[in-house]
This record gives sequence, C-alpha cells and structure tokens, in this order.
Amino acid sequence: MTFNPAILTDNWREIFDGMVLTILIWIAGTAIGLVIGLAVAVIQLFTNRWVAAPLTLYVAVMRGTPFLIQLFVIYYGGPFFGLDLTPLVAGVAGLALYGGAYFSEIFRAGFLSVPPGQIEAARMMGIGRLDIVRHVQLPQMLVIILPALANMTVLLSKETAVLSVITVNELTSVVQSIGSTTFAFAETLLFLALVYWAFLEIVTAAARRLEKRVGRFMLRTQG
Amino acid sequence: MFNTEIIVKSLPMLLQASVWTVIYSLTSVAIGFCIGTLMCAAGLSASRLGRAVSAFYVSFFRGVPLLVQLLISYYCLPLIGVNVPSSVAAVGTLALCTGAYIAEILRGGFLGIPPGLIEAARMVGLSRAQILTRIEVPLAVRFTLPSLVNETTMMVKASSLISVVGVLELTRLAQNIATSTFQPLEIYLTAGAIYFVINGAITLAGEFAESRFRMEKAR
Repeated sequence: MTFNPAILTDNWREIFDGMVLTILIWIAGTAIGLVIGLAVAVIQLFTNRWVAAPLTLYVAVMRGTPFLIQLFVIYYGGPFFGLDLTPLVAGVAGLALYGGAYFSEIFRAGFLSVPPGQIEAARMMGIGRLDIVRHVQLPQMLVIILPALANMTVLLSKETAVLSVITVNELTSVVQSIGSTTFAFAETLLFLALVYWAFLEIVTAAARRLEKRVGRFMLRTQG
Repeated sequence: MFNTEIIVKSLPMLLQASVWTVIYSLTSVAIGFCIGTLMCAAGLSASRLGRAVSAFYVSFFRGVPLLVQLLISYYCLPLIGVNVPSSVAAVGTLALCTGAYIAEILRGGFLGIPPGLIEAARMVGLSRAQILTRIEVPLAVRFTLPSLVNETTMMVKASSLISVVGVLELTRLAQNIATSTFQPLEIYLTAGAIYFVINGAITLAGEFAESRFRMEKAR
C-alpha cells in the first residue's frame, strides 16, 4: 500500500467545494429541522389530540425507520406526488424532516420541564398563551435542553454523509468519486474520515463550551 | 396510481431480506457490546494507556460517519491483505461503531455502581475479571437498559447503510426491486414499514425486560 497525497492536493478545489456543501446542507437541514421540531412540539402540546395524532405518528415513523429509506422515499418516491426534487433539495428536506422529529421530542421534554406553577401564575396575570410560551417557557427550557439540541445537531452533521447515496455532491460523494477514478482508496477515504473526525471534534468542543457558559448562568439564577 | 399489487408481490421477498437485517444488526450489537464493555472498563481503569486507547476508540468511531467507516472497511481492508466477505467486514464495522456508543452508555452505568460493592467483592477474593463479568456488567446493564435498547434500534436503522457496500439486506433488496419494477414509492414505504415493525418489536421487548429487571440507580 503506497500513499500518494498528491491525489488530494490535485483535487483540492473539488474537495473544498464538497466541504462547503456539506456544511451548508448541515446548517440548512438543522435550521429547518429546528423550526419543524419546535412547531411540532407546540402543536402537540397545545392542540387537541386529533391534530396531535398525525404528528405523533410522524415523529414515531421518522425515529423508527432508517434515514436512508426516508431519503429514498423523498427522492425516488417524490415524483409520485409530482415532487420532482433535485438530489440536493430532497437531501436537505430529508435531513430537516429527520432532525425535526428528534428536535420535537427534545422541545416537548423542554416544555414539560418548566414548572406548571409558573404557567398558572402567568395565566393568572392575564398573559396570553403564546406570550407565555415566548416569555416564560422558551427562555427557561432552551437553557435546559441546550445540551440535547447541541448533541442532535452534531449527530446531524454525520448524517449528511448519507446524502451521497442519492448523489448529492457533498464531501463524501466528492472524495469517494476521486477515490474510485484514481483507485487511491486508502488516501481518499482515510482523509475523508480525518476531516469528519476533526470537524466533529471541533463542533463538539464548541457545543461543550456553549453548554458550560449557559450552565454557569443556570447555577447563578438557581443559587 | 398507488400500486398495492406490487407490495403484495414483493412482500415475501422483503420479509426474507429483513431477516438478514435483523441478523446483521443483532450480531453487531452483540459483538459491539463485548467491545463496548472492554473499552468502557479500560476507560475507567487506572491504566493511562487503557484510558487513552478507550478515549481514542470512542472518539474516532463516534466522530466519523458510519457510511465512511463502512467505505473504509470495504475498500481498504483488501489493500492491507484482509480479504473477508463484504458482509463480515460490514458487520465488523457496525460492531465497532455501536461498541463506541455502548461504551459511553455503559460508562454511566458503571459509575452508578456503589464503590462499596466492588470493594466487598475484592475482599471476598473475586478476581478483576470476575468482578467485571459477575458484578459490574450485570448491574451496569440494568441501570442502562433503556439506552441499550435504544442503541439496538439505532443499529437496526444503521444497518441499512451496509446496502451501500453491497451487502444484501432489506434496503439493498428494496433498491433492487424498486429499480427493476419502477415503483420506488411503494417498495421503499413497505421497507420502511418493516423497519418500523422490527424496531417496534425491539422497543416492546425492551420495555418488557425493563419491567422485569428495573433497578433504581444507587446514589
């Protein structure tokens, strides 16, 4: 086994573009997923059960089936509903729907973690339901659920690699195709692993720092 | 038109393939459990080398996407002279990956074991290995059962990725049928439903086990 790093430096432009796309997909998928998750949690908690039931099913299905199958259903099954999505759009939508299900569970636990006495007190003071969510529940629960949200966000960054299977030109796909055209599998794939690993370590460390800062604030308010 | 006929026709084949999905994922969880236990014990040991190896292992296998790990084992093992069937390489990779997660899960359980219990076991003359297998692992598993069951369902889902390296299981077969019949929606929905049922069964079994073995974490 010989190592030829020139294969990587020769194709640095493509690899760089793949990295950028991976990060963009990750950010877009996470952002949309957070919105979906929050919306689903709010609807589940504050409407009647007939509205909530389909959403509960959505969450169970997204959590109980492989992400890859979900991508296949959206990408290959989309045309059945007249949704002719490009791989990129299907991939981001899949990532957002998948992440959204997990995020909704986290948000739900967060809403339930705010003491009901506070909500009663706010209601007594005549504050509207949505204002209670915005000014009483969200600020407190966000602090509590931050580690879980950060954890899921980090997990989603790894899931972006699966998008290569539906031919999205993200990092895994780019590096893999360089590998299979040059037969330099060792160089390309080990490099790929190192990039993800370094990226995950950085993101995880950033998340820990953020949690620490927020945690410090929590201790202060509780003390 | 939603073609129910194709679902009925391909369901027996898909169910057959799903047996492989179950076998691959449960085997990898079983092997991963052994790896995870050892890595967890190493991580909590007094040995600096053991802790370093454990930290490296957990960080790498949790830090690299499973798909990339599978690609590495598929393309790079032959380069270093290891020629095993792709299913073996894939299950080994799944096991290494889940082992890292299980090590992290078990860590919480190990830390919940009262130190007095271990001291008492040492006093009555149990060896280090005996303490691990007879006292620490059974207790840690009981403490962390819900997370371990959850990890098992995650592996059932993750096993779909081994289709990418050419191992025949539920996802791979669904792909084959979908491309030959041009009915991807019906086939992938059916495959998804089968995964959903498998994971539902695992969750139910886990809840049953939990109700029988549950113990409060000692403080």
